[in-house]
Amino acid sequence: MATDTTQSVLGEGEATASGMPQLDFSTFPNQIFWLLLALVSIYFVLTRLALPRISGVLAERQGTITNDIAAAEELKLKAGEAEKSYDKALADARAEANRIAEENRAEMQGELDAAMKRADAEISAQQQESEARIAEIRDSAMANVEQVAKETARALVEALGGNPEAANIDAKVETRVKGQAS
Amino acid sequence: MAADQAATLVEAGADHGGSGLNIHPMDQFVIQPLFSDGPVGMFTVTNATLWMALAVLCTVLLLVVGSRGRAVVPGRAQSVAELSYGFIYKMVEDVSGKEGVKYFPYIMTLFMFIVLANMLALLPMSFAPTSHIAVTAVLALFVFLGVTILGFVKHGVGFLGLFWVSSAPLVLRPILAIIELISYFVRPVSHSIRLAGNIMAGHAVLKVFAGFAGALGIFAFVPVLAITAIYALELLVAFIQAYVFTILTCVYLKDALHPSH
Repeated sequence: MATDTTQSVLGEGEATASGMPQLDFSTFPNQIFWLLLALVSIYFVLTRLALPRISGVLAERQGTITNDIAAAEELKLKAGEAEKSYDKALADARAEANRIAEENRAEMQGELDAAMKRADAEISAQQQESEARIAEIRDSAMANVEQVAKETARALVEALGGNPEAANIDAKVETRVKGQAS
Repeated sequence: MAADQAATLVEAGADHGGSGLNIHPMDQFVIQPLFSDGPVGMFTVTNATLWMALAVLCTVLLLVVGSRGRAVVPGRAQSVAELSYGFIYKMVEDVSGKEGVKYFPYIMTLFMFIVLANMLALLPMSFAPTSHIAVTAVLALFVFLGVTILGFVKHGVGFLGLFWVSSAPLVLRPILAIIELISYFVRPVSHSIRLAGNIMAGHAVLKVFAGFAGALGIFAFVPVLAITAIYALELLVAFIQAYVFTILTCVYLKDALHPSH
């Protein structure tokens, strides 16, 4: 159909014998020869060079990817182990720190207790000493008071005109002071 | 179909007589010797030779030179080479099955030649070897004879089971066998004419529009825009026809490997 019309149009006054160069059978052997040559050369280039190389590259890439994934898996495992050991070390260190702190605390407690005891002893010793001194002071004060009372009483008796018997007055004052004191 | 249009357009142009429309859409398909004016003999180097050789050269450039780095992380050329390899390999494997993979180099050869010849033919001033029925017929016959011989070698007479539809009622089987037989022998015809027709039609249409552009003066932008659009379509066609030729080859190969219905 296409052939007919084209032929009728182009056939007129054209140098070409046929309207469609595709139907010029004189060129067929030429085309077929060169086509076969082209196909054979492509075939040899493909089978000898291109296809083995490309399939090799693809296989190699596949292998690389598989290896990389395996390596990544291994590294992940190692990382997990490392994390575990790190955690363990951390826990150990924490326990050790606790232990040391406990020890220190106990030691300090002991020292503290000892110091407290010492201080208590010192304090009680000083207290005793102080009490002794207070008692002494009180005694001497008492004696002084007695003396003063006796002398005052004597002086009073003398001033009132009595003839005081020193020993008598003294004994009376002594009983009065003691009675008041007790 | 497109060739029809081209022809009618040319006819319209011819009717105008000497109005300036002088379109020869078929001239681009003429086979001429490159270095002499003599007749085209069997071994004459012609424009067909040149463009087939360029297709071979491009195959080498793409698949051999492109992949020479053997990089694990591919560059651009290597990516394209690997992509075409993977594309055809997967097609053969999917359509023809595991046993078809053995014939992958042959199918790859066909695909690379057709796709590169088609693409190169879209360069201006180029020549389209695949627009010639002589070329596509040889390609189709190569496939037809190949799969037929392969079928008989693999299955002997059992290959004829391809024509004996055992799932149909017994009465219908002889009739179906005749239909199957006819369709089997029509395969190389449709296989070759589909490719040549598509390529030829596209190129002829481009040429016709180019002729319009020459004649229209200031309105030439209309056909130029049309040419741009058709060119994009032809790029698609160039690839799709190579794809179709290849996948049909795979289908025929599958029939040869597994003839039973």
